[in-house]
Amino acid sequence: MEKRTDKNIYTIAFAIGMVVVVGSLLAFVASSLKPKITENKRIEKQQNILYAMGIHENTESSVAFVADDKVGEEFSKYITSQFVVNGSSVSEDTEAYLIDVRKEQAKIKNGGQRRLPLFVGEKDSETFYIVPIRGKGLWDAVWAYIAMDQDMVILGAYFDHKGETAGLGANIKERFFMDDFIGEHLLDSSGNFVGVDISKSNNDPLNSDKIDNQVDAIAGATITGDGVAAMIRNDLKLYVPYFKNLKN
Amino acid sequence: MAKDSKLILDPLADNNPITIQVLGICSALAITAQLKASIVMTISVLFVMGIGNVVMSLIRNIIPSKIRIIVQLTVVAALVIIVDQVLKAFSYQLSKELGAFIGLIITNCIVMGRAEAFAMKEKPFISFIDGLGNGLGYSIILIAVAIVRELFGAGTLMGYEILPLVSNGGWYPANNLLLLPPSSFILIGLMIWGIRAYKTDQIEPNEYKLSSHDTAPDLTKRELNV
Repeated sequence: MEKRTDKNIYTIAFAIGMVVVVGSLLAFVASSLKPKITENKRIEKQQNILYAMGIHENTESSVAFVADDKVGEEFSKYITSQFVVNGSSVSEDTEAYLIDVRKEQAKIKNGGQRRLPLFVGEKDSETFYIVPIRGKGLWDAVWAYIAMDQDMVILGAYFDHKGETAGLGANIKERFFMDDFIGEHLLDSSGNFVGVDISKSNNDPLNSDKIDNQVDAIAGATITGDGVAAMIRNDLKLYVPYFKNLKN
Repeated sequence: MAKDSKLILDPLADNNPITIQVLGICSALAITAQLKASIVMTISVLFVMGIGNVVMSLIRNIIPSKIRIIVQLTVVAALVIIVDQVLKAFSYQLSKELGAFIGLIITNCIVMGRAEAFAMKEKPFISFIDGLGNGLGYSIILIAVAIVRELFGAGTLMGYEILPLVSNGGWYPANNLLLLPPSSFILIGLMIWGIRAYKTDQIEPNEYKLSSHDTAPDLTKRELNV
Protein backbone atom coordinates (compact mmCIF):
# COMPACT_ATOMS: atom_id res chain seq x y z
CA MET A 1 0.00 0.00 0.00
CA GLU A 2 1.15 3.51 -0.77
CA LYS A 3 2.39 5.44 2.21
CA ARG A 4 0.41 8.48 3.28
CA THR A 5 3.40 10.76 2.76
CA ASP A 6 3.89 9.57 -0.81
CA LYS A 7 0.57 10.88 -2.10
CA ASN A 8 0.79 13.82 -4.47
CA ILE A 9 -1.84 15.81 -2.63
CA TYR A 10 0.08 15.37 0.62
CA THR A 11 3.30 16.48 -1.05
CA ILE A 12 1.69 19.64 -2.40
CA ALA A 13 0.02 20.44 0.91
CA PHE A 14 3.30 19.91 2.74
CA ALA A 15 5.17 22.17 0.34
CA ILE A 16 2.59 24.93 0.70
CA GLY A 17 2.56 24.60 4.47
CA MET A 18 6.33 24.71 4.63
CA VAL A 19 6.54 27.84 2.49
CA VAL A 20 3.98 29.60 4.69
CA VAL A 21 5.73 28.66 7.93
CA VAL A 22 9.26 29.42 6.76
CA GLY A 23 8.16 32.56 4.93
CA SER A 24 6.42 34.06 7.91
CA LEU A 25 9.29 33.12 10.22
CA LEU A 26 11.81 34.88 7.99
CA ALA A 27 9.55 37.88 7.49
CA PHE A 28 9.22 38.17 11.25
CA VAL A 29 13.00 37.98 11.80
CA ALA A 30 13.73 40.43 9.00
CA SER A 31 11.20 43.01 10.09
CA SER A 32 12.15 42.84 13.74
CA LEU A 33 15.85 43.29 12.97
CA LYS A 34 15.44 45.85 10.22
CA PRO A 35 15.55 49.00 12.41
CA LYS A 36 18.78 47.79 13.98
CA ILE A 37 20.36 47.04 10.61
CA THR A 38 19.35 50.41 9.14
CA GLU A 39 20.73 52.08 12.24
CA ASN A 40 24.04 50.23 11.81
CA LYS A 41 24.29 51.44 8.22
CA ARG A 42 23.59 55.04 9.24
CA ILE A 43 26.17 54.88 12.03
CA GLU A 44 28.76 53.46 9.66
CA LYS A 45 28.17 56.20 7.08
CA GLN A 46 28.39 58.97 9.61
CA GLN A 47 31.52 57.43 11.14
CA ASN A 48 33.15 57.23 7.71
CA ILE A 49 32.32 60.85 6.90
CA LEU A 50 33.66 62.04 10.24
CA TYR A 51 36.74 59.88 9.82
CA ALA A 52 37.55 61.56 6.52
CA MET A 53 37.51 64.97 8.17
CA GLY A 54 39.85 63.75 10.88
CA ILE A 55 37.37 63.10 13.67
CA HIS A 56 38.25 59.66 14.94
CA GLU A 57 39.81 57.88 17.87
CA ASN A 58 42.90 56.59 16.11
CA THR A 59 45.89 55.52 18.11
CA GLU A 60 49.36 55.19 16.61
CA SER A 61 48.57 52.84 13.74
CA SER A 62 44.97 51.72 14.27
CA VAL A 63 41.80 52.87 12.59
CA ALA A 64 39.17 53.71 15.18
CA PHE A 65 35.92 55.51 14.56
CA VAL A 66 33.96 57.74 16.87
CA ALA A 67 32.02 55.49 19.26
CA ASP A 68 28.67 54.23 18.01
CA ASP A 69 26.64 56.00 20.69
CA LYS A 70 28.31 59.36 20.13
CA VAL A 71 28.38 59.45 16.36
CA GLY A 72 24.96 61.05 15.80
CA GLU A 73 25.79 63.89 18.14
CA GLU A 74 29.26 64.48 16.69
CA PHE A 75 27.91 64.34 13.19
CA SER A 76 25.44 67.17 13.80
CA LYS A 77 28.12 69.11 15.63
CA TYR A 78 30.78 69.04 12.91
CA ILE A 79 28.82 68.73 9.69
CA THR A 80 27.36 72.16 9.16
CA SER A 81 25.51 71.58 5.91
CA GLN A 82 24.77 68.88 3.39
CA PHE A 83 24.23 69.54 -0.29
CA VAL A 84 23.09 67.68 -3.33
CA VAL A 85 24.84 68.73 -6.52
CA ASN A 86 22.54 68.02 -9.40
CA GLY A 87 23.98 69.16 -12.68
CA SER A 88 24.60 72.87 -12.21
CA SER A 89 22.15 73.33 -9.37
CA VAL A 90 23.22 72.92 -5.78
CA SER A 91 20.54 72.42 -3.18
CA GLU A 92 20.71 71.88 0.53
CA ASP A 93 19.42 68.55 1.77
CA THR A 94 19.74 67.42 5.37
CA GLU A 95 19.46 63.80 4.33
CA ALA A 96 22.10 63.88 1.62
CA TYR A 97 24.13 61.35 3.58
CA LEU A 98 21.46 58.76 2.89
CA ILE A 99 22.00 58.96 -0.86
CA ASP A 100 23.25 55.64 -2.18
CA VAL A 101 26.19 56.33 -4.50
CA ARG A 102 25.82 52.96 -6.18
CA LYS A 103 22.23 53.66 -7.18
CA GLU A 104 23.18 57.11 -8.45
CA GLN A 105 25.94 55.61 -10.59
CA ALA A 106 23.43 53.20 -12.06
CA LYS A 107 21.23 56.14 -13.06
CA ILE A 108 23.91 57.38 -15.46
CA LYS A 109 23.78 54.08 -17.32
CA ASN A 110 20.06 54.52 -17.81
CA GLY A 111 20.60 58.00 -19.18
CA GLY A 112 19.58 59.76 -15.98
CA GLN A 113 21.12 62.58 -14.02
CA ARG A 114 23.27 61.65 -11.06
CA ARG A 115 22.73 63.36 -7.72
CA LEU A 116 26.05 64.07 -6.05
CA PRO A 117 26.03 64.34 -2.27
CA LEU A 118 28.47 66.73 -0.62
CA PHE A 119 28.99 67.43 3.06
CA VAL A 120 30.49 70.57 4.47
CA GLY A 121 32.14 70.30 7.86
CA GLU A 122 33.82 72.80 10.17
CA LYS A 123 36.63 71.85 12.51
CA ASP A 124 39.03 74.29 14.18
CA SER A 125 37.68 77.03 11.88
CA GLU A 126 38.79 75.03 8.84
CA THR A 127 36.21 74.06 6.23
CA PHE A 128 36.09 70.48 4.93
CA TYR A 129 34.27 69.40 1.77
CA ILE A 130 33.59 65.69 2.03
CA VAL A 131 32.32 63.55 -0.84
CA PRO A 132 31.57 59.85 -1.15
CA ILE A 133 32.98 58.03 -4.18
CA ARG A 134 32.70 54.49 -5.42
CA GLY A 135 34.49 52.29 -7.94
CA LYS A 136 35.68 48.79 -8.77
CA GLY A 137 38.56 46.92 -7.17
CA LEU A 138 39.84 43.50 -8.14
CA TRP A 139 36.98 41.37 -6.81
CA ASP A 140 34.21 43.75 -5.92
CA ALA A 141 33.32 47.31 -5.06
CA VAL A 142 35.68 49.78 -3.44
CA TRP A 143 34.49 53.08 -2.03
CA ALA A 144 35.82 56.05 -0.15
CA TYR A 145 35.03 59.31 1.59
CA ILE A 146 37.42 62.07 0.63
CA ALA A 147 37.66 65.33 2.56
CA MET A 148 39.09 68.29 0.65
CA ASP A 149 39.64 71.99 1.11
CA GLN A 150 38.34 74.50 -1.41
CA ASP A 151 41.45 74.09 -3.60
CA MET A 152 40.80 70.35 -3.85
CA VAL A 153 43.72 69.42 -1.65
CA ILE A 154 42.92 66.22 0.23
CA LEU A 155 42.57 66.75 3.97
CA GLY A 156 41.59 63.22 4.84
CA ALA A 157 40.43 59.98 3.28
CA TYR A 158 38.68 56.85 4.32
CA PHE A 159 38.77 53.83 2.02
CA ASP A 160 36.76 50.66 2.27
CA HIS A 161 36.07 47.64 0.10
CA LYS A 162 33.74 44.72 -0.16
CA GLY A 163 35.99 41.80 -0.96
CA GLU A 164 39.58 42.70 -1.81
CA THR A 165 42.25 40.11 -1.02
CA ALA A 166 43.01 40.06 2.69
CA GLY A 167 46.52 41.31 3.37
CA LEU A 168 46.95 42.74 -0.14
CA GLY A 169 44.17 44.81 -1.70
CA ALA A 170 42.32 44.86 1.61
CA ASN A 171 45.12 47.05 2.95
CA ILE A 172 43.60 50.09 1.28
CA LYS A 173 41.72 50.55 4.54
CA GLU A 174 44.92 50.56 6.57
CA ARG A 175 46.45 53.73 7.91
CA PHE A 176 49.72 53.45 5.96
CA PHE A 177 47.75 53.71 2.73
CA MET A 178 44.96 56.10 3.68
CA ASP A 179 47.24 58.56 5.46
CA ASP A 180 49.39 58.92 2.34
CA PHE A 181 46.54 60.80 0.73
CA ILE A 182 46.49 63.57 3.30
CA GLY A 183 47.86 66.72 1.71
CA GLU A 184 47.86 65.34 -1.85
CA HIS A 185 46.72 67.77 -4.52
CA LEU A 186 44.00 66.69 -6.91
CA LEU A 187 44.72 69.53 -9.33
CA ASP A 188 47.96 70.03 -11.21
CA SER A 189 50.00 73.22 -10.98
CA SER A 190 47.90 74.97 -13.62
CA GLY A 191 44.65 74.10 -11.90
CA ASN A 192 43.45 71.23 -14.11
CA PHE A 193 41.95 68.18 -12.43
CA VAL A 194 44.18 65.11 -12.65
CA GLY A 195 43.29 63.09 -9.52
CA VAL A 196 45.74 61.03 -7.50
CA ASP A 197 47.47 58.10 -9.12
CA ILE A 198 48.55 54.97 -7.26
CA SER A 199 52.11 54.69 -8.45
CA LYS A 200 54.72 51.97 -8.28
CA SER A 201 57.46 54.14 -9.74
CA ASN A 202 57.12 57.50 -8.04
CA ASN A 203 60.31 56.93 -6.07
CA ASP A 204 58.64 58.46 -3.06
CA PRO A 205 57.81 55.74 -0.54
CA LEU A 206 57.54 58.19 2.33
CA ASN A 207 55.16 60.26 0.24
CA SER A 208 56.82 63.55 1.04
CA ASP A 209 56.06 65.00 -2.39
CA LYS A 210 52.47 66.16 -2.09
CA ILE A 211 52.08 67.94 -5.42
CA ASP A 212 53.06 65.04 -7.69
CA ASN A 213 49.47 63.70 -7.81
CA GLN A 214 50.80 60.29 -6.84
CA VAL A 215 50.85 58.09 -3.76
CA ASP A 216 52.87 54.94 -3.24
CA ALA A 217 51.19 51.69 -4.31
CA ILE A 218 50.68 48.59 -2.18
CA ALA A 219 52.87 45.74 -3.42
CA GLY A 220 50.73 42.88 -4.67
CA ALA A 221 47.61 44.97 -5.04
CA THR A 222 48.03 46.43 -8.51
CA ILE A 223 44.46 46.02 -9.71
CA THR A 224 42.95 47.26 -6.46
CA GLY A 225 45.26 50.26 -6.64
CA ASP A 226 44.34 50.97 -10.25
CA GLY A 227 40.68 50.73 -9.24
CA VAL A 228 41.19 53.25 -6.45
CA ALA A 229 42.96 55.65 -8.82
CA ALA A 230 40.21 55.26 -11.42
CA MET A 231 37.55 55.83 -8.77
CA ILE A 232 39.22 59.05 -7.66
CA ARG A 233 39.64 60.22 -11.24
CA ASN A 234 36.11 59.43 -12.40
CA ASP A 235 34.03 60.37 -9.40
CA LEU A 236 35.88 63.36 -7.98
CA LYS A 237 36.02 64.92 -11.43
CA LEU A 238 32.26 65.39 -11.24
CA TYR A 239 32.70 67.78 -8.34
CA VAL A 240 35.21 70.01 -10.15
CA PRO A 241 32.54 72.49 -11.42
CA TYR A 242 31.28 72.88 -7.85
CA PHE A 243 34.73 73.79 -6.58
CA LYS A 244 35.30 76.18 -9.52
CA ASN A 245 32.04 77.96 -8.64
CA LEU A 246 33.07 78.11 -5.01
CA LYS A 247 36.01 80.33 -5.89
CA ASN A 248 34.04 82.79 -7.96
CA MET B 1 26.25 7.69 26.41
CA ALA B 2 29.28 6.05 24.88
CA LYS B 3 27.54 6.35 21.55
CA ASP B 4 26.88 10.05 22.07
CA SER B 5 30.49 10.84 22.83
CA LYS B 6 31.56 8.84 19.79
CA LEU B 7 29.25 10.99 17.68
CA ILE B 8 31.13 14.06 18.90
CA LEU B 9 34.65 12.63 18.84
CA ASP B 10 34.50 10.63 15.65
CA PRO B 11 34.22 13.57 13.25
CA LEU B 12 37.12 15.36 14.96
CA ALA B 13 39.83 13.10 13.61
CA ASP B 14 38.73 9.60 12.61
CA ASN B 15 36.02 10.73 10.26
CA ASN B 16 36.70 14.42 9.87
CA PRO B 17 34.42 15.99 7.26
CA ILE B 18 37.26 18.02 5.74
CA THR B 19 40.28 15.75 5.90
CA ILE B 20 38.55 12.42 5.23
CA GLN B 21 35.41 13.26 3.33
CA VAL B 22 36.92 16.42 1.78
CA LEU B 23 33.68 18.37 2.15
CA GLY B 24 33.22 22.05 2.92
CA ILE B 25 36.48 22.96 1.17
CA CYS B 26 34.96 26.04 -0.47
CA SER B 27 34.56 28.07 2.69
CA ALA B 28 37.71 26.60 4.17
CA LEU B 29 39.59 28.25 1.31
CA ALA B 30 37.77 31.52 1.32
CA ILE B 31 37.57 32.87 4.82
CA THR B 32 40.56 31.35 6.61
CA ALA B 33 42.87 34.29 5.94
CA GLN B 34 41.74 35.76 9.26
CA LEU B 35 41.24 33.91 12.50
CA LYS B 36 38.40 36.12 13.71
CA ALA B 37 36.34 35.61 10.57
CA SER B 38 36.98 31.87 10.79
CA ILE B 39 35.75 31.69 14.38
CA VAL B 40 32.53 33.52 13.54
CA MET B 41 32.11 31.26 10.54
CA THR B 42 32.54 28.13 12.66
CA ILE B 43 30.02 29.38 15.23
CA SER B 44 27.55 30.06 12.43
CA VAL B 45 28.09 26.62 10.92
CA LEU B 46 27.71 24.97 14.34
CA PHE B 47 24.42 26.79 14.86
CA VAL B 48 23.10 25.88 11.43
CA MET B 49 24.17 22.25 11.73
CA GLY B 50 22.91 21.73 15.27
CA ILE B 51 19.51 23.35 14.81
CA GLY B 52 19.16 22.16 11.21
CA ASN B 53 19.68 18.54 12.23
CA VAL B 54 17.17 18.83 15.09
CA VAL B 55 14.51 20.35 12.84
CA MET B 56 15.09 17.74 10.13
CA SER B 57 14.92 14.98 12.69
CA LEU B 58 11.70 16.32 14.23
CA ILE B 59 9.93 16.41 10.89
CA ARG B 60 11.60 13.32 9.41
CA ASN B 61 8.44 11.21 9.55
CA ILE B 62 6.15 13.71 7.90
CA ILE B 63 8.38 14.79 5.03
CA PRO B 64 7.19 13.56 1.63
CA SER B 65 10.17 11.62 0.29
CA LYS B 66 9.82 13.10 -3.21
CA ILE B 67 10.67 16.59 -2.04
CA ARG B 68 12.88 15.80 0.92
CA ILE B 69 15.99 17.47 -0.53
CA ILE B 70 14.02 20.65 -1.16
CA VAL B 71 12.71 20.55 2.39
CA GLN B 72 16.24 20.15 3.73
CA LEU B 73 17.38 23.02 1.56
CA THR B 74 14.58 25.24 2.82
CA VAL B 75 15.27 24.49 6.47
CA VAL B 76 19.00 25.12 6.08
CA ALA B 77 18.45 28.24 3.98
CA ALA B 78 16.05 29.70 6.54
CA LEU B 79 18.58 29.15 9.33
CA VAL B 80 21.36 30.69 7.26
CA ILE B 81 19.26 33.77 6.56
CA ILE B 82 18.55 34.12 10.27
CA VAL B 83 22.27 33.93 11.07
CA ASP B 84 23.02 36.49 8.38
CA GLN B 85 20.39 38.93 9.65
CA VAL B 86 21.44 38.55 13.27
CA LEU B 87 25.07 39.20 12.36
CA LYS B 88 24.09 42.27 10.37
CA ALA B 89 22.13 43.60 13.33
CA PHE B 90 24.53 42.81 16.15
CA SER B 91 27.97 42.50 14.61
CA TYR B 92 27.90 44.71 11.57
CA GLN B 93 31.67 44.94 10.99
CA LEU B 94 32.12 41.17 11.03
CA SER B 95 29.15 40.57 8.79
CA LYS B 96 30.79 42.91 6.29
CA GLU B 97 34.04 40.98 6.42
CA LEU B 98 32.34 37.62 6.00
CA GLY B 99 30.27 39.04 3.18
CA ALA B 100 28.76 36.41 0.94
CA PHE B 101 30.26 33.48 2.82
CA ILE B 102 27.61 33.35 5.52
CA GLY B 103 25.03 32.96 2.77
CA LEU B 104 27.21 30.27 1.26
CA ILE B 105 26.98 28.09 4.38
CA ILE B 106 24.05 26.54 2.59
CA THR B 107 26.36 25.28 -0.13
CA ASN B 108 28.56 23.67 2.50
CA CYS B 109 28.11 19.99 1.71
CA ILE B 110 28.61 19.00 5.34
CA VAL B 111 25.32 20.64 6.37
CA MET B 112 23.07 19.05 3.78
CA GLY B 113 25.10 15.85 3.94
CA ARG B 114 24.45 15.28 7.64
CA ALA B 115 20.80 16.24 7.30
CA GLU B 116 20.30 13.64 4.58
CA ALA B 117 22.56 10.91 5.94
CA PHE B 118 21.84 11.16 9.64
CA ALA B 119 19.02 13.43 10.79
CA MET B 120 16.50 11.90 8.37
CA LYS B 121 16.87 8.58 10.18
CA GLU B 122 17.63 9.34 13.81
CA LYS B 123 16.00 10.91 16.84
CA PRO B 124 16.34 14.66 17.50
CA PHE B 125 18.84 14.58 20.37
CA ILE B 126 21.44 12.36 18.75
CA SER B 127 20.94 14.25 15.50
CA PHE B 128 21.82 17.41 17.37
CA ILE B 129 24.95 15.74 18.76
CA ASP B 130 25.89 14.51 15.29
CA GLY B 131 25.43 18.00 13.86
CA LEU B 132 27.63 19.51 16.57
CA GLY B 133 30.26 16.80 16.14
CA ASN B 134 30.57 17.31 12.41
CA GLY B 135 30.45 21.07 12.86
CA LEU B 136 33.31 20.80 15.34
CA GLY B 137 35.31 18.61 12.97
CA TYR B 138 34.94 21.37 10.38
CA SER B 139 35.74 24.05 12.96
CA ILE B 140 38.99 22.47 14.12
CA ILE B 141 40.42 22.35 10.61
CA LEU B 142 39.16 25.84 9.76
CA ILE B 143 40.69 27.36 12.87
CA ALA B 144 43.97 25.46 12.45
CA VAL B 145 44.29 26.66 8.86
CA ALA B 146 43.35 30.20 9.86
CA ILE B 147 45.97 30.31 12.64
CA VAL B 148 48.74 29.31 10.22
CA ARG B 149 47.53 31.64 7.48
CA GLU B 150 47.03 34.73 9.59
CA LEU B 151 50.14 34.21 11.72
CA PHE B 152 52.60 33.59 8.91
CA GLY B 153 50.78 35.58 6.24
CA ALA B 154 50.14 38.77 8.15
CA GLY B 155 52.08 38.32 11.39
CA THR B 156 48.95 38.77 13.49
CA LEU B 157 46.37 36.67 15.33
CA MET B 158 42.85 37.99 15.84
CA GLY B 159 44.26 41.26 14.50
CA TYR B 160 46.91 41.56 17.25
CA GLU B 161 50.52 41.69 16.16
CA ILE B 162 52.47 38.57 17.07
CA LEU B 163 55.33 38.63 14.60
CA PRO B 164 56.41 42.23 13.92
CA LEU B 165 56.50 42.73 10.15
CA VAL B 166 59.46 44.13 8.30
CA SER B 167 57.17 46.70 6.71
CA ASN B 168 56.31 47.99 10.21
CA GLY B 169 59.91 48.00 11.34
CA GLY B 170 59.99 44.45 12.76
CA TRP B 171 61.93 41.39 11.66
CA TYR B 172 59.35 39.09 10.05
CA PRO B 173 58.90 39.22 6.25
CA ALA B 174 55.23 38.33 5.66
CA ASN B 175 54.53 35.40 3.36
CA ASN B 176 51.83 36.80 1.10
CA LEU B 177 51.20 33.43 -0.52
CA LEU B 178 49.48 32.39 2.70
CA LEU B 179 46.95 35.17 2.32
CA LEU B 180 45.82 33.89 -1.07
CA PRO B 181 43.18 31.14 -1.27
CA PRO B 182 45.43 28.45 -2.85
CA SER B 183 47.52 28.31 0.32
CA SER B 184 44.59 26.63 2.09
CA PHE B 185 44.81 23.79 -0.42
CA ILE B 186 48.45 23.35 0.46
CA LEU B 187 47.79 23.50 4.20
CA ILE B 188 44.81 21.14 4.11
CA GLY B 189 46.83 18.79 1.91
CA LEU B 190 49.67 18.81 4.41
CA MET B 191 47.19 18.17 7.22
CA ILE B 192 45.69 15.19 5.43
CA TRP B 193 49.19 13.85 4.85
CA GLY B 194 50.08 14.36 8.51
CA ILE B 195 46.92 12.74 9.82
CA ARG B 196 47.26 9.75 7.52
CA ALA B 197 50.92 9.29 8.40
CA TYR B 198 49.83 9.03 12.02
CA LYS B 199 46.62 7.06 11.49
CA THR B 200 47.63 4.66 8.78
CA ASP B 201 44.21 2.97 8.68
CA GLN B 202 42.89 6.08 6.91
CA ILE B 203 45.01 5.40 3.83
CA GLU B 204 42.81 4.12 1.05
CA PRO B 205 43.96 1.09 -0.96
CA ASN B 206 45.29 1.85 -4.42
CA GLU B 207 42.72 1.52 -7.14
CA TYR B 208 45.40 0.47 -9.61
CA LYS B 209 48.59 -1.39 -9.12
CA LEU B 210 51.44 0.57 -10.62
CA SER B 211 53.65 -1.35 -12.98
CA SER B 212 57.36 -1.06 -12.49
CA HIS B 213 59.56 1.11 -14.69
CA ASP B 214 62.09 -1.34 -16.04
CA THR B 215 59.78 -3.66 -17.95
CA ALA B 216 57.12 -2.76 -20.44
CA PRO B 217 53.71 -3.43 -18.98
CA ASP B 218 52.33 -6.78 -19.92
CA LEU B 219 48.83 -5.86 -20.96
CA THR B 220 47.56 -9.40 -20.73
CA LYS B 221 48.40 -9.50 -17.04
CA ARG B 222 47.37 -6.01 -16.06
CA GLU B 223 45.93 -6.09 -12.60
CA LEU B 224 42.94 -3.90 -12.16
CA ASN B 225 41.38 -3.64 -8.80
CA VAL B 226 38.04 -2.15 -9.76
